[in-house]
Amino acid sequence: MIRYLVGRVVQAAAVLWAAFTLTFAILYLLPSNPMQLQLAAAGIQEDSLTPEQYAAMKHRFGLDESIAAQYWHHLTGVLHGDFGDSLTQQVPVTDLIGARIGPTLLLSVCAAVVSLVAGSALAYLATFVRRNPVRIVLTRLPALGASFPQFFIALFLIQFLSFQLGWLPATGTQGAQSLIMPVLTISVVTSSVLAQVLIKSFDQTLSQPYVVTARAKGLSRTAVHLKHAFRNAALPAMTILGVIVGLTVTSSIVVETVFTREGVGKLAQEAVLAQDVPVVLAVVTLAATVFVTVNLIVDLLYPLLDPRISHTPEVVPV
Amino acid sequence: MSLVEISGLNVGYVRHRHIQPAVTGLDLTVGQGEVVAIVGESGSGKTTTGNALIGLLPSNGRITAGSILVDGVQTARANERTLRRLRGSTIGLIPQDPMVGLNPTKRIGAQIAEAVKLRGIGGPAVPRQVLDHLAQAGVPEPELRARQYPHELSGGLRQRVLIAIALAGRPKLIIADEPTSALDVTVQKRILDHLGGLVREQGISLLIITHDLAVAADRADRVVVMRQGRKVDEGDPATILTAPREGYTRQLIAAAPRLAHHGQLQAHFDVRDEPAPDPILTLTGVGKTFAVDDPRRGRRGFNALEDVSVTVPRGRTHALVGESGCGKTTTLRIALGLESATTGSVVLDGTEISGLSWRGMRPLRRKAQLVHQDPFATLDPKFTVRQSVTEPLVSFRIGDRRSREARARDLLDQVALPAAYLDRLPAELSGGQRQRVAIARALALEPRLLLLDEPVSALDVLVQEQILRLLADLQQRLGLSYLFVSHDLSVVAEIAHTVSVMNAGRVVEQGPVAQVFSDPRSTYTRELIDAVPGRRAAA
Repeated sequence: MIRYLVGRVVQAAAVLWAAFTLTFAILYLLPSNPMQLQLAAAGIQEDSLTPEQYAAMKHRFGLDESIAAQYWHHLTGVLHGDFGDSLTQQVPVTDLIGARIGPTLLLSVCAAVVSLVAGSALAYLATFVRRNPVRIVLTRLPALGASFPQFFIALFLIQFLSFQLGWLPATGTQGAQSLIMPVLTISVVTSSVLAQVLIKSFDQTLSQPYVVTARAKGLSRTAVHLKHAFRNAALPAMTILGVIVGLTVTSSIVVETVFTREGVGKLAQEAVLAQDVPVVLAVVTLAATVFVTVNLIVDLLYPLLDPRISHTPEVVPV
Repeated sequence: MSLVEISGLNVGYVRHRHIQPAVTGLDLTVGQGEVVAIVGESGSGKTTTGNALIGLLPSNGRITAGSILVDGVQTARANERTLRRLRGSTIGLIPQDPMVGLNPTKRIGAQIAEAVKLRGIGGPAVPRQVLDHLAQAGVPEPELRARQYPHELSGGLRQRVLIAIALAGRPKLIIADEPTSALDVTVQKRILDHLGGLVREQGISLLIITHDLAVAADRADRVVVMRQGRKVDEGDPATILTAPREGYTRQLIAAAPRLAHHGQLQAHFDVRDEPAPDPILTLTGVGKTFAVDDPRRGRRGFNALEDVSVTVPRGRTHALVGESGCGKTTTLRIALGLESATTGSVVLDGTEISGLSWRGMRPLRRKAQLVHQDPFATLDPKFTVRQSVTEPLVSFRIGDRRSREARARDLLDQVALPAAYLDRLPAELSGGQRQRVAIARALALEPRLLLLDEPVSALDVLVQEQILRLLADLQQRLGLSYLFVSHDLSVVAEIAHTVSVMNAGRVVEQGPVAQVFSDPRSTYTRELIDAVPGRRAAA
């Protein structure tokens, strides 16, 4: 068991490193001139500098090093929690992210919880209802939800709930009301994905012989569904949980842009437009960390939920 | 009045807006304390009858006519409420396959407790009754078992747990649907003995649903034979066996070797006085050790095989028999080079294969081919019969398109399937036909040796008979040698020349089938032979 834990953690660390390195490579292959960006941000005209001054500035920004040295510099920095300074705004990247992470975290957590509850409820209903037309509608619904692009859902919600009915603010980060539409936008897609997986899993579980055993005992359908089918059906869906939580994080880029929320997603969008490499690098690393952490937690929870893993001796040939 | 009175029952399944009949015009009664067996092949409607009785037909199942009275209550077309009140408390069910009949994520005790609580019992009485029921069902160490999960128990123990669940509702009738088909013969015998004793003791009626006429004849007061949804024969076992009214019943008797030979296991081949031809496969002193990493008991070694020596003579069939976990499948995998032996040597057609690399093994694969147990899982569902059968040829780059097509037709002809089947998908074939395709595929590379892993145990008795005849015929025509793995002694008696009886990773007895089965020297072999159903017929 200890070996399993250590293995998983090492694997997670390796994935993180790979994500960081890949992002670094891609960003430094981009056709951009970091010196120009730095100087523009500092309000200095490139022409006004003598070659000596230019070289000195380049040294100050750490841009005169080789790419390998810069990579090493960044990597060690990240390990110490230092992502360097933003190119366009002369502040540490960590400060920038620190100021914006609150709203994004709130948005992601709310969206994840809503997706979990809505997805499970939909799957439960779709497999419990026996009337055929209702059942068909409920089982087809997730496919519909999963196929809407998020920006479309967002625009539809704004048009309907803000402009026509005037119930909710169309933009902003202030108050719980501003959270409703962004959360809805994200969870329509993620809960649909979850419901799709769960419905399939439920259908398979309900056709298992042990469900017949449970019903033959005289248990009601509700009891069979809740006490026997749910946990078994949820197991295969566990693996998709990591993907869903990850989706709520990455969706924040689109959603925060559309709803002009001051979060990390919007920061990422701005940083990409401004070619602010350190900020983009930091945001991608952060997103990768969330993905890896959630998947790690799922991996570690799995044996607790499935006794067949935690209670089975491992057999290997000698 | 009888406990169960079924009259004029019609049941069908809705497929593509039409109702396909599964049971037609069935009349059946089960008296108080009576043991009735329904015998039939798959598709005969026996399981549908049981499901209709307890109101657990699949969602597309419909009762279209007739009535089912259980303890005076009409259950045909009854609503869920009425049925729920009957389930558990009036009718208990012991389902078909104990390996999948229990919820894998719930402890044994909790699963029995549910049935106890439905009787209105609560508080500290519940765990006490759970342990009582486990003990009644013959589960040793009930306190330990109640805390375990299903996968930690053997198949036999799981079946006992399912019996405990059925008993926990204190029913008047228990339906046992193929209660022991998935179990070893000795376990099967012990469980059926135990169940028989329990129902007699407690005055419970028992409806056994089985494909095995021998089991039915051994256990029931009355046997009902069903075929294609209709009752074709009925009577007490002695009458059914000695004076069957129907040709179909006669066929079933002929296909059950023990019934056919008055309770004796008679070997088909007698090679006691013949010299053995030189071997095609020789295993000498083979051992296989696994390391088991148990979270609670720590790491320990486990000998799956110990000093196993087996010889397959050319042109003959050598059988490996034994119960699950005895090491017969591991032996087969080592013989095929899929698994390497920890100790000992394996010689295939004059070449030592233990220690060969995958690449070194590859040319030898043409000499030995495998036929699996489950015809439903052995064929790729997306491959046509043509693709399945010619795949080995493609893999070894033998011939071109045209010669492969001709070979595919030949192969189907050899296994007695029409060439028109080349374009069919496995889903369009019956179990027996799939097994024929699997055999044709194994023959594609013209191997000298076939390794047959329980090739007929998933098939109906009459189909078993046909496949065994096909195998014997192929052996004679092509001079094939077989290593035949089976848990079923009656099948072994029918096909094998020589046999090795295995127990706990060791060979306990070896020799010609005619000798081992008629004069077993080890007590274990004797126990196995005694457990084969069909003995009552002799009396």
